[in-house]
Amino acid sequence: MHPILKLIAQRLALGLLLLFAASILIFVGTSILPGDVAQSILGQSATPEALANLRRELGLNDPAVTRYFMWLGGVLQGDLGTALTNGRDIAESLGGRLKNTLFLAFWAAAISVPLAIFLGLLAVRYKDRIPDKLISAITLTTISIPEFMIGYILIYWVAIKWRLFPSVAIINDSMSLGEKLNAIAIPVMVLTLVVLAHMMRMTRAAILNVMQSAYIETAELKGLGMLKIIRKHAFPNAVAPIVNVVMLNLAYLVVGVVVVEVVFAYPGMGQYLVDHVSKRDVPVVQACGLIFAAVYIGLNLVADIVSILANPRLRHPK
Amino acid sequence: MTVPLLKVRGLKIGATAYPPGEKPVAIKIVHGVDFDLEAGKVLGLIGESGAGKSTIGLAAMAYGRGGVEITGGEVWVNGRDILKENLRNLRRLRGAEVTYVSQSAAASFNPAKKIMEQVTEAAIFQNKFSKADAEARAVDLFRRLGLPEPETIGKRYPHQVSGGQLQRCMTALALCPEPDLVVFDEPTTALDVTTQIDVLAAIKEAIAATGVAALYITHDLAVVAQVSDHIMVLQQGDMVEYGTVDQIINNPQEEYTKALVSVRSIRHEEKTPTDNPLLRVENVTARYRGTNFDVLKKINVDIHPGQTLAVVGESGSGKSTLARVITGLLPPSDGTITFDGRVLNPALATRPVEDLREMQMIYQMADTAMNPRQTVGTIIGRPLEFYFGLRGKAKQKRIQELLDEIELGKGFQDRYPAELSGGQKQRVCIARALAAKPKLIICDEVTSALDPLVADGILKLLLNLQKIEDVAYLFITHDLATVRAIADSIAVMFQGKVVRYGTKSQVLSPPFDAYTDLLLSSVPEMKIGWLEETIEHRRMESAGN
Repeated sequence: MHPILKLIAQRLALGLLLLFAASILIFVGTSILPGDVAQSILGQSATPEALANLRRELGLNDPAVTRYFMWLGGVLQGDLGTALTNGRDIAESLGGRLKNTLFLAFWAAAISVPLAIFLGLLAVRYKDRIPDKLISAITLTTISIPEFMIGYILIYWVAIKWRLFPSVAIINDSMSLGEKLNAIAIPVMVLTLVVLAHMMRMTRAAILNVMQSAYIETAELKGLGMLKIIRKHAFPNAVAPIVNVVMLNLAYLVVGVVVVEVVFAYPGMGQYLVDHVSKRDVPVVQACGLIFAAVYIGLNLVADIVSILANPRLRHPK
Repeated sequence: MTVPLLKVRGLKIGATAYPPGEKPVAIKIVHGVDFDLEAGKVLGLIGESGAGKSTIGLAAMAYGRGGVEITGGEVWVNGRDILKENLRNLRRLRGAEVTYVSQSAAASFNPAKKIMEQVTEAAIFQNKFSKADAEARAVDLFRRLGLPEPETIGKRYPHQVSGGQLQRCMTALALCPEPDLVVFDEPTTALDVTTQIDVLAAIKEAIAATGVAALYITHDLAVVAQVSDHIMVLQQGDMVEYGTVDQIINNPQEEYTKALVSVRSIRHEEKTPTDNPLLRVENVTARYRGTNFDVLKKINVDIHPGQTLAVVGESGSGKSTLARVITGLLPPSDGTITFDGRVLNPALATRPVEDLREMQMIYQMADTAMNPRQTVGTIIGRPLEFYFGLRGKAKQKRIQELLDEIELGKGFQDRYPAELSGGQKQRVCIARALAAKPKLIICDEVTSALDPLVADGILKLLLNLQKIEDVAYLFITHDLATVRAIADSIAVMFQGKVVRYGTKSQVLSPPFDAYTDLLLSSVPEMKIGWLEETIEHRRMESAGN
């Protein structure tokens, strides 16, 4: 078997194992939360009989291991259970939310990743000169300000003062793409500003590291221009670290948008999760946790595989 | 008289050093050098590291490596002073009129691009050739340089060809755009001696066939004598001597040149083997974990007390692995090692401290073998504390004795490794090994990273210390001149086996086995025409067979 296939198969297996471990953690974590689900559903005035009945109905009296495998078995068949609070199928209500979150994350990534890499290249080109310092200073400033703060600053200027985009990012299926994009413009800006610095600085560092190599000197002595050297000779060798940090940030865009979704009242996963945590709706929290874990592991898996594929020694063995 | 292709006048080159905690200091690397090079001729630049050879070579492309800056003078290429040109014009010169071959082709090729793309890049980018023509020319150069499968080798990635082959590809890269001048910067230094001779011959033929002029930079006078028309000797940024190859080699005028010519003239009378060897390696076979071939195959050698066994071979022959097995870093899969009459435990961790003390090591890279944040006194004092429990004044006294022994004297105890020269660092490593009062010191390529004259000093010191301390050496090297200088007995290794073993006079006297013959005849001699003679001799032999 080609060694690269073996490596990728290993990574995939490892990813599945990780996901399995994460599911245990999520289950254990939610099980040891204080409080009683039956109590919180029925309220303070519930009779002991009603509580006992509901517990039996929900299977809360079974041993934890049994409950875990029941839950896992359901998840594997696509059944995430029903929400305790409103009795609706979680997979169904989560589907739409997840779509919205991915929609927001996609547009934030589509803008921030190319922008970060471009700014990183630019910073390398003008290393230690004004453009480099300016890029570093601005991106570091935006990463240092909490994202809700950036959110409010942008709402104040973009939505209220200049009246360019709406401050509330509510979307629904009946809207056209243009209307949706208009609605999410400010959240996308906030997310871009938050993830830009990390990716841009990693791009800069990775390429600068490669720029020390002797083959860059070879390229310079061929008379190539700096941008061409960076693009043709430095970038292909800096892909692995850059992809890694890009994937981490993409994961953040999906998993870490809770605050932004709340600020802009965006109907995504984050808000859904926050709502149900406060209502102690354990199945929903478990389902969200599992999806977040899957996204995180999946994206990092992609980063690993891209790093493997980017290595010519692995791609073309002797 | 014709206008020279390259005319250098009063070339001054400097750099800025940033000593920690102090203000930046401007240092001068080259203080005014003049020379001419006519079209189609080869000028050898020779000198030790720090002499400014590479810096001068790169100045022919108006390029300063790192923080190096050309601070004055004129460099005329094809009738114009390139130091006055702007970057845009310089980029038209680089890779078109003047090209560069670096010491390490392995590092100078982009690992992510195919060889052909890199070889033809400059020729296409500089509009010298169309893509098809450039590729045809590259294939032609590959063939001329004796590369295997010249039609398809360009489709491979750099890591898929050997070091010697890659160095030839680098030469093809430099010749592909049909330049007027090629700067060869130590192109064969990193290669094994048996590979060097072929690459050298290939470069020489390619230079002759294309009629290109060349600056050939090296620290090895014997090598430069084979390829150059003229030689310029440099020392610390100044020209010492300039002349034809014949004049420099056979009739050097300056003291420094004479020293370079006569380097490696240490004479060492070999001692006869004793009946009780200090170290006996018997039937040792070893492999690295996770691999399925033996790096060492049934090795049998002896080291006698107070004598030197030189283990010589190319990279990958297993000579450093032998050292790892003897020291216990790599337990052998078979065989025994007897030291001073007792069988050593295979693994380092299970050996008693006394065994560790009696066997010390010195490494090739003195830089990385010392903690940069410890002073020389601490570095040498550590084994004194560890093995002998010395403290305070007694320790200080012993440290000073050791420093005297390695001819460094007073004032070195408080210095840090960064404040020492390469030769001084290696001396400190020797002192650290001696501090343990070992019976055997394993020297792994200890002079390979040093300039010839400095290396000579180290070898003389080692021989001297052997007389005083009666210590035995296991001397691992790829350099046959070093072997001649220092060995009492020699083991020649090839592909994990000892192919020839005996006293120095036995090993170095005919009749030779095929490999030893190849190895010995590949060492460049300081003689004009040696390269052609050797190649011709080999051709005739292979034709005769």
